[in-house]
Amino acid sequence: MAAFVIRRLLQSVLVLWLMSLLVFVGVYAIGNPVDILINPQADQADIARAIAALGLDQPLWQQYLTFLRQALLGDLGKSFAYNIPALQLILERMPATLELALAAAAVAVLLGIPLGLWAGLAPDSWAGKLIMSGSILGFSLPTFWVGLLLIMLFAVELGWLPSGGRGPTSLLLGIPVSFLSWEGIRHLILPATNLALFKLSLIIRLTQAGTREALLQDYVKFARAKGLSNARVVGVHVLKNILIPIVTVIGLEFGSVIAFAIVTESIFGWPGMGKLIIDSINVLDRPVIVAYLLIVVSLFILINLAVDIVYSLLDPRVRLGGATD
Amino acid sequence: MSEAALRVENLRTHFFTRRGVVKAVEDVSFSVAPGKILGLVGESGSGKSVMGFSIMGLVDPPGRVVGGRILLGGRDLLRLAPEEMRQVRGNRIAMIFQDPMMTLNPVLRIDTQMTEAVRAHADVGRRAALERARDALARVGIASPDERLSAYPHQFSGGMRQRVAIAIALLNQPDLIIADEPTTALDVTVQGQILYEMQKIARESGTALIWISHDLSVIAGLADEICVMYAGRVVEHGSVDQVLDEPLHPYTGGLIASVPSRNRRGEALRQIPGMTPSLLELAPGCAFRERCSRADGACAQDPALSSPAAGRQVRCFHPLTQGATA
Repeated sequence: MAAFVIRRLLQSVLVLWLMSLLVFVGVYAIGNPVDILINPQADQADIARAIAALGLDQPLWQQYLTFLRQALLGDLGKSFAYNIPALQLILERMPATLELALAAAAVAVLLGIPLGLWAGLAPDSWAGKLIMSGSILGFSLPTFWVGLLLIMLFAVELGWLPSGGRGPTSLLLGIPVSFLSWEGIRHLILPATNLALFKLSLIIRLTQAGTREALLQDYVKFARAKGLSNARVVGVHVLKNILIPIVTVIGLEFGSVIAFAIVTESIFGWPGMGKLIIDSINVLDRPVIVAYLLIVVSLFILINLAVDIVYSLLDPRVRLGGATD
Repeated sequence: MSEAALRVENLRTHFFTRRGVVKAVEDVSFSVAPGKILGLVGESGSGKSVMGFSIMGLVDPPGRVVGGRILLGGRDLLRLAPEEMRQVRGNRIAMIFQDPMMTLNPVLRIDTQMTEAVRAHADVGRRAALERARDALARVGIASPDERLSAYPHQFSGGMRQRVAIAIALLNQPDLIIADEPTTALDVTVQGQILYEMQKIARESGTALIWISHDLSVIAGLADEICVMYAGRVVEHGSVDQVLDEPLHPYTGGLIASVPSRNRRGEALRQIPGMTPSLLELAPGCAFRERCSRADGACAQDPALSSPAAGRQVRCFHPLTQGATA
């Protein structure tokens, strides 16, 4: 287990390094941030001074080496636009995104698994059919459109919920969060639902398919033959088997929810990392872009590692390590 | 025969499929006495497994028991409410399945799967349930049961898993165990051990046993009585010696003749011509007549179950005479 974790972490370092190289070259290819950042009326001397101050007068390979050296010391550079450390800028925005992503994941799991179980246990009932056709809509409708629709309906027409922003936050362990106050929750509902929709549909379909398959297995029939209650057969024998693929998908999707919260954050004006990265790409703020992508990649790696570990806990046949045996 | 542990009367289980009604079990009656073993023999699709699930009340839709009575200690199981039937399952009647690789839940430990079966029927604590589980494992010949309790199914061999399944069936000292081809998936030496254990358990505890199988040689060494099923009906019924030595129904005769034997070394193996008829388009009359050498015009009528001797029944217009085989 320990060897497995260490090997995975070493692989992650390699992935992170490749990622930083790609982004560095990629942003260089798009354009020159100086053209955007500097006042067009500035004279040649001012421009040269600004370029030198940002370190952009060096050849690209030298800029990259400078970045690498500082990155190893934990410094990912200062934002061109805000002139504060990029890492600090992102970490300030991260709690908002994490809260949104966690809320969305909670909605998807807490609704998706029961609905999927229901649809799987009674596939021919009208409720089962309704759940399954609803999940197709959740899959196929684009996030931004559903988001706009939610705002139209619940914020504009009915006026029940606010249309954007994060609302008042309170501190939990020094981190600002919304979900501790009713007003904050009201702000959270629409964006979280919007972000959850795709995952919710995915979990419903996975759970439904898994349930239908598990119900045909001999071990379910044997469990019934033992005289177990229906609740125990479904809640333990069926659920524990189908959770294995579901945990994998929840984990993998959680990474993409964080990464792709961009759309939802833009629509609902949610002050998270996604909105920051869009703004930064617009002004070619390279340190922020690089730092953001490195953080998102790190999150992906950590989540995958956690999924592998949970997987081995759920399925006794899986043992981590995979050395020679 | 004393008071029967289980008496099945005129049981009918039909499957209502889109293409028509499949009469998987049609007018089947038999009984098993405590401590006795009834062999239920038939080809695939003869309705013998559905028979077992009908008794358990576990026929999946679109199937349904449409008629008859299943009397367990005088109570008609078909009249019980779902919750009452749940309390019978695994408690008064237990079942063992064919494939031991599939019957145990792969993600739950053996102790969980055993104690839950105890605690579903008796208000006992976890510790007491564990003790019963351990005793049951020891009874079916599993070495160091204490350690094995905390193992997962994939850490057991096929034969061991079937022993665990049998131990689970024994947990609540049932009146009846239905074994649905439990040794088919096992190799022959393990098969022999399991048969021996089951026979011993039935004798010692007075548990009645219904052994469903297509393998006459297994039934021959194990059962006290035989019921031969064909196309959902009982075609012959009698004691093991009677049925195997003097089969009356041409189908039984064909089954016995098709068991490979050393005495007929070098000859082509005998077989019953044709295939089991589809239960979907079953014409009236004897279902075996298409494959039967003795069939004639009379067989277009449904033969009734007649009783040529005490304890014997046969459903045929032209039963085999003594000593002859089809």
